[in-house]
Amino acid sequence: MISLTHYLVVSGILFCIGLYVVLVKRNAIQILIGIEMMLNTAILNLVAFGRYDKLNNGGQMFALFAIVLAAATTAVALAIILNVYRRYKTIDPDKVDQLKD
Amino acid sequence: MTAANILFDIMSFIALASALYVAASKNLVRSIFMFFVTLFALAGLYVLALADFVAVTQIVVYVGGILVLILFAFMLSGRETLDVLQQPERKVWKVSNLPALLIVGLLFVVLINVILKTDADHLGWVSDSIKSKNYIANSGDMTANIGINLMTRYLLPFEVISILLMMALVGAAHLSRKEQAV
Repeated sequence: MISLTHYLVVSGILFCIGLYVVLVKRNAIQILIGIEMMLNTAILNLVAFGRYDKLNNGGQMFALFAIVLAAATTAVALAIILNVYRRYKTIDPDKVDQLKD
Repeated sequence: MTAANILFDIMSFIALASALYVAASKNLVRSIFMFFVTLFALAGLYVLALADFVAVTQIVVYVGGILVLILFAFMLSGRETLDVLQQPERKVWKVSNLPALLIVGLLFVVLINVILKTDADHLGWVSDSIKSKNYIANSGDMTANIGINLMTRYLLPFEVISILLMMALVGAAHLSRKEQAV
Protein backbone atom coordinates (compact mmCIF):
# COMPACT_ATOMS: atom_id res chain seq x y z
CA MET A 1 0.00 0.00 0.00
CA ILE A 2 1.58 3.23 -1.18
CA SER A 3 1.01 6.18 1.09
CA LEU A 4 -0.84 9.25 -0.09
CA THR A 5 2.13 11.46 0.73
CA HIS A 6 4.18 9.70 -1.96
CA TYR A 7 1.59 10.51 -4.59
CA LEU A 8 1.29 14.09 -3.38
CA VAL A 9 5.05 14.64 -3.54
CA VAL A 10 5.34 13.18 -7.04
CA SER A 11 2.46 15.27 -8.32
CA GLY A 12 3.86 18.36 -6.61
CA ILE A 13 7.20 17.98 -8.38
CA LEU A 14 5.49 17.28 -11.69
CA PHE A 15 3.29 20.33 -11.24
CA CYS A 16 6.36 22.50 -10.74
CA ILE A 17 7.93 21.10 -13.91
CA GLY A 18 4.73 21.81 -15.82
CA LEU A 19 4.65 25.36 -14.51
CA TYR A 20 8.26 25.83 -15.57
CA VAL A 21 7.43 24.64 -19.07
CA VAL A 22 4.50 27.07 -19.26
CA LEU A 23 6.62 29.98 -18.06
CA VAL A 24 9.74 29.42 -20.13
CA LYS A 25 8.81 27.91 -23.48
CA ARG A 26 8.31 30.23 -26.36
CA ASN A 27 6.00 28.34 -28.59
CA ALA A 28 2.36 27.71 -28.00
CA ILE A 29 2.41 23.96 -28.50
CA GLN A 30 4.97 23.44 -25.77
CA ILE A 31 2.99 25.68 -23.46
CA LEU A 32 -0.01 23.49 -24.20
CA ILE A 33 2.06 20.45 -23.23
CA GLY A 34 2.96 22.15 -19.93
CA ILE A 35 -0.71 22.80 -19.22
CA GLU A 36 -1.53 19.17 -19.95
CA MET A 37 1.20 18.14 -17.52
CA MET A 38 -0.27 20.28 -14.78
CA LEU A 39 -3.74 18.87 -15.48
CA ASN A 40 -2.28 15.38 -15.23
CA THR A 41 -0.88 16.03 -11.78
CA ALA A 42 -4.33 17.13 -10.64
CA ILE A 43 -5.75 13.92 -12.06
CA LEU A 44 -3.07 11.93 -10.24
CA ASN A 45 -4.14 13.48 -6.96
CA LEU A 46 -7.81 12.79 -7.68
CA VAL A 47 -7.01 9.16 -8.41
CA ALA A 48 -4.82 8.76 -5.33
CA PHE A 49 -7.46 10.15 -3.01
CA GLY A 50 -10.27 8.39 -4.87
CA ARG A 51 -8.94 5.15 -3.55
CA TYR A 52 -10.57 5.88 -0.20
CA ASP A 53 -14.02 6.27 -1.69
CA LYS A 54 -15.08 2.83 -2.80
CA LEU A 55 -18.85 3.26 -2.78
CA ASN A 56 -19.20 6.50 -4.70
CA ASN A 57 -15.95 6.44 -6.68
CA GLY A 58 -15.82 10.21 -6.47
CA GLY A 59 -12.14 10.65 -7.22
CA GLN A 60 -12.02 8.31 -10.18
CA MET A 61 -15.18 9.74 -11.70
CA PHE A 62 -13.86 13.26 -11.59
CA ALA A 63 -10.51 12.08 -12.90
CA LEU A 64 -12.39 10.74 -15.90
CA PHE A 65 -14.28 14.00 -16.31
CA ALA A 66 -11.01 15.92 -16.09
CA ILE A 67 -9.46 13.75 -18.80
CA VAL A 68 -12.40 14.39 -21.10
CA LEU A 69 -12.24 18.12 -20.38
CA ALA A 70 -8.52 18.10 -21.18
CA ALA A 71 -9.27 16.45 -24.51
CA ALA A 72 -11.82 19.12 -25.37
CA THR A 73 -9.44 21.88 -24.29
CA THR A 74 -6.64 20.54 -26.43
CA ALA A 75 -8.78 20.23 -29.52
CA VAL A 76 -9.95 23.84 -29.27
CA ALA A 77 -6.50 25.14 -28.31
CA LEU A 78 -4.87 23.47 -31.30
CA ALA A 79 -7.48 24.92 -33.63
CA ILE A 80 -6.77 28.36 -32.18
CA ILE A 81 -3.02 27.85 -32.54
CA LEU A 82 -3.46 26.90 -36.20
CA ASN A 83 -5.49 30.06 -36.78
CA VAL A 84 -2.91 32.20 -35.00
CA TYR A 85 -0.20 30.69 -37.15
CA ARG A 86 -2.17 31.40 -40.30
CA ARG A 87 -2.62 35.04 -39.33
CA TYR A 88 0.70 35.94 -37.69
CA LYS A 89 3.03 33.34 -39.25
CA THR A 90 4.39 32.58 -35.80
CA ILE A 91 3.22 30.74 -32.72
CA ASP A 92 5.45 32.53 -30.25
CA PRO A 93 3.00 33.99 -27.71
CA ASP A 94 5.37 36.91 -27.06
CA LYS A 95 4.98 38.08 -30.63
CA VAL A 96 1.21 37.71 -30.84
CA ASP A 97 0.41 41.05 -29.29
CA GLN A 98 -2.24 42.84 -31.28
CA LEU A 99 -5.94 42.37 -31.67
CA LYS A 100 -6.33 44.07 -35.00
CA ASP A 101 -5.21 42.56 -38.27
CA MET B 1 9.57 -2.40 0.68
CA THR B 2 7.03 -4.34 -1.31
CA ALA B 3 6.89 -4.82 -5.05
CA ALA B 4 4.29 -2.08 -5.33
CA ASN B 5 6.60 0.41 -3.69
CA ILE B 6 9.47 -0.48 -6.00
CA LEU B 7 7.20 -0.20 -9.03
CA PHE B 8 5.94 3.13 -7.73
CA ASP B 9 9.49 4.42 -7.41
CA ILE B 10 10.40 3.27 -10.91
CA MET B 11 7.25 4.75 -12.45
CA SER B 12 7.58 8.06 -10.69
CA PHE B 13 11.26 8.26 -11.64
CA ILE B 14 10.40 7.67 -15.30
CA ALA B 15 7.62 10.25 -15.15
CA LEU B 16 9.77 12.91 -13.51
CA ALA B 17 12.82 12.28 -15.69
CA SER B 18 10.86 12.44 -18.93
CA ALA B 19 9.04 15.55 -17.70
CA LEU B 20 12.39 17.17 -16.99
CA TYR B 21 13.51 16.23 -20.48
CA VAL B 22 10.37 17.87 -21.88
CA ALA B 23 11.24 21.00 -19.92
CA ALA B 24 14.89 21.06 -20.98
CA SER B 25 14.69 19.88 -24.58
CA LYS B 26 15.11 22.33 -27.40
CA ASN B 27 13.59 20.08 -30.01
CA LEU B 28 9.81 20.20 -30.09
CA VAL B 29 9.33 16.78 -31.68
CA ARG B 30 11.54 15.12 -29.09
CA SER B 31 9.77 16.81 -26.24
CA ILE B 32 6.39 15.66 -27.60
CA PHE B 33 7.60 12.07 -27.81
CA MET B 34 9.03 12.28 -24.29
CA PHE B 35 5.66 13.56 -23.16
CA PHE B 36 4.26 10.23 -24.41
CA VAL B 37 6.58 8.53 -21.93
CA THR B 38 5.43 10.81 -19.12
CA LEU B 39 1.81 9.99 -19.84
CA PHE B 40 2.49 6.25 -19.93
CA ALA B 41 4.33 6.42 -16.62
CA LEU B 42 1.44 8.38 -15.12
CA ALA B 43 -0.94 5.68 -16.35
CA GLY B 44 1.24 3.19 -14.51
CA LEU B 45 0.93 5.29 -11.37
CA TYR B 46 -2.86 5.23 -11.75
CA VAL B 47 -2.74 1.45 -11.94
CA LEU B 48 -0.72 1.39 -8.73
CA ALA B 49 -3.41 3.56 -7.13
CA LEU B 50 -5.88 0.81 -8.12
CA ALA B 51 -7.66 2.90 -10.72
CA ASP B 52 -7.17 0.74 -13.77
CA PHE B 53 -10.13 2.12 -15.69
CA VAL B 54 -8.78 5.64 -15.36
CA ALA B 55 -5.39 4.37 -16.48
CA VAL B 56 -6.81 2.80 -19.63
CA THR B 57 -8.80 5.96 -20.32
CA GLN B 58 -5.63 7.97 -19.88
CA ILE B 59 -3.83 5.88 -22.47
CA VAL B 60 -6.72 5.91 -24.92
CA VAL B 61 -7.58 9.60 -24.62
CA TYR B 62 -4.22 11.21 -23.95
CA VAL B 63 -1.78 9.03 -25.84
CA GLY B 64 -4.17 7.97 -28.55
CA GLY B 65 -6.01 11.22 -28.91
CA ILE B 66 -4.36 14.33 -27.63
CA LEU B 67 -0.76 13.62 -28.52
CA VAL B 68 -1.60 12.33 -31.97
CA LEU B 69 -3.65 15.51 -32.42
CA ILE B 70 -0.68 17.64 -31.37
CA LEU B 71 1.63 15.75 -33.72
CA PHE B 72 -0.81 16.11 -36.61
CA ALA B 73 -1.38 19.77 -35.86
CA PHE B 74 2.15 20.79 -36.58
CA MET B 75 3.25 18.09 -38.97
CA LEU B 76 0.35 18.84 -41.29
CA SER B 77 0.78 22.57 -41.14
CA GLY B 78 3.68 22.78 -43.51
CA ARG B 79 7.39 23.18 -43.56
CA GLU B 80 7.43 26.79 -42.37
CA THR B 81 5.91 25.88 -39.01
CA LEU B 82 8.58 23.31 -38.46
CA ASP B 83 11.28 25.80 -39.32
CA VAL B 84 9.80 28.29 -36.91
CA LEU B 85 9.73 25.63 -34.24
CA GLN B 86 13.31 24.58 -34.71
CA GLN B 87 14.65 27.98 -33.78
CA PRO B 88 17.19 27.81 -30.98
CA GLU B 89 15.51 28.22 -27.64
CA ARG B 90 16.75 29.92 -24.56
CA LYS B 91 19.09 27.83 -22.47
CA VAL B 92 17.99 26.58 -19.06
CA TRP B 93 20.45 28.67 -17.11
CA LYS B 94 20.07 31.92 -18.99
CA VAL B 95 19.31 35.09 -17.06
CA SER B 96 15.90 35.50 -18.63
CA ASN B 97 14.89 32.14 -17.19
CA LEU B 98 15.76 33.11 -13.64
CA PRO B 99 12.35 34.58 -12.73
CA ALA B 100 10.65 31.40 -13.89
CA LEU B 101 13.13 29.26 -11.96
CA LEU B 102 12.60 31.42 -8.89
CA ILE B 103 8.82 31.19 -9.05
CA VAL B 104 8.92 27.45 -9.66
CA GLY B 105 11.42 26.88 -6.87
CA LEU B 106 9.42 28.87 -4.35
CA LEU B 107 6.20 27.13 -5.36
CA PHE B 108 7.99 23.80 -4.99
CA VAL B 109 9.13 24.64 -1.45
CA VAL B 110 5.64 25.79 -0.50
CA LEU B 111 3.99 22.71 -2.01
CA ILE B 112 6.33 20.26 -0.32
CA ASN B 113 5.90 22.02 3.01
CA VAL B 114 2.13 21.96 2.74
CA ILE B 115 2.14 18.31 1.68
CA LEU B 116 4.37 17.25 4.56
CA LYS B 117 2.38 19.27 7.09
CA THR B 118 -0.96 17.97 5.85
CA ASP B 119 -0.05 14.37 6.59
CA ALA B 120 -2.64 13.12 4.13
CA ASP B 121 -2.58 9.53 5.35
CA HIS B 122 -4.13 10.49 8.67
CA LEU B 123 -6.80 12.89 7.49
CA GLY B 124 -10.14 12.48 9.20
CA TRP B 125 -12.13 11.15 6.30
CA VAL B 126 -9.31 8.88 5.15
CA SER B 127 -9.08 7.17 8.54
CA ASP B 128 -12.88 6.96 8.63
CA SER B 129 -12.93 5.24 5.29
CA ILE B 130 -10.23 2.82 6.39
CA LYS B 131 -12.20 2.08 9.54
CA SER B 132 -15.43 1.45 7.66
CA LYS B 133 -13.64 -0.60 4.97
CA ASN B 134 -14.63 1.92 2.32
CA TYR B 135 -11.29 1.85 0.52
CA ILE B 136 -10.57 0.04 -2.70
CA ALA B 137 -8.74 -3.17 -1.93
CA ASN B 138 -6.55 -5.07 -4.31
CA SER B 139 -9.19 -7.59 -5.31
CA GLY B 140 -10.08 -6.82 -8.90
CA ASP B 141 -13.59 -5.80 -9.98
CA MET B 142 -13.15 -2.04 -9.73
CA THR B 143 -14.64 -1.18 -13.11
CA ALA B 144 -18.17 -2.47 -12.58
CA ASN B 145 -18.77 -0.02 -9.77
CA ILE B 146 -17.62 2.85 -11.98
CA GLY B 147 -20.16 1.88 -14.63
CA ILE B 148 -22.98 1.68 -12.09
CA ASN B 149 -22.04 5.03 -10.57
CA LEU B 150 -21.75 6.65 -13.98
CA MET B 151 -25.32 5.71 -14.84
CA THR B 152 -26.85 6.58 -11.46
CA ARG B 153 -25.10 9.05 -9.20
CA TYR B 154 -23.08 10.88 -11.84
CA LEU B 155 -25.59 10.75 -14.67
CA LEU B 156 -26.11 14.52 -14.92
CA PRO B 157 -22.38 15.43 -15.08
CA PHE B 158 -21.91 12.62 -17.58
CA GLU B 159 -24.56 13.98 -19.94
CA VAL B 160 -23.39 17.56 -19.48
CA ILE B 161 -19.81 16.63 -20.29
CA SER B 162 -20.84 14.66 -23.35
CA ILE B 163 -22.68 17.70 -24.71
CA LEU B 164 -19.70 19.90 -23.85
CA LEU B 165 -17.33 17.53 -25.64
CA MET B 166 -19.51 17.56 -28.73
CA MET B 167 -19.67 21.37 -28.70
CA ALA B 168 -15.92 21.65 -28.27
CA LEU B 169 -15.21 19.25 -31.13
CA VAL B 170 -17.66 20.97 -33.48
CA GLY B 171 -16.11 24.30 -32.52
CA ALA B 172 -12.59 23.02 -33.10
CA ALA B 173 -13.55 21.63 -36.50
CA HIS B 174 -15.13 24.96 -37.38
CA LEU B 175 -12.15 26.98 -36.19
CA SER B 176 -9.58 24.95 -38.08
CA ARG B 177 -11.33 25.17 -41.45
CA LYS B 178 -9.61 27.00 -44.22
CA GLU B 179 -11.04 30.47 -44.57
CA GLN B 180 -13.46 30.79 -47.47
CA ALA B 181 -13.01 33.56 -49.98
CA VAL B 182 -15.69 36.08 -49.03
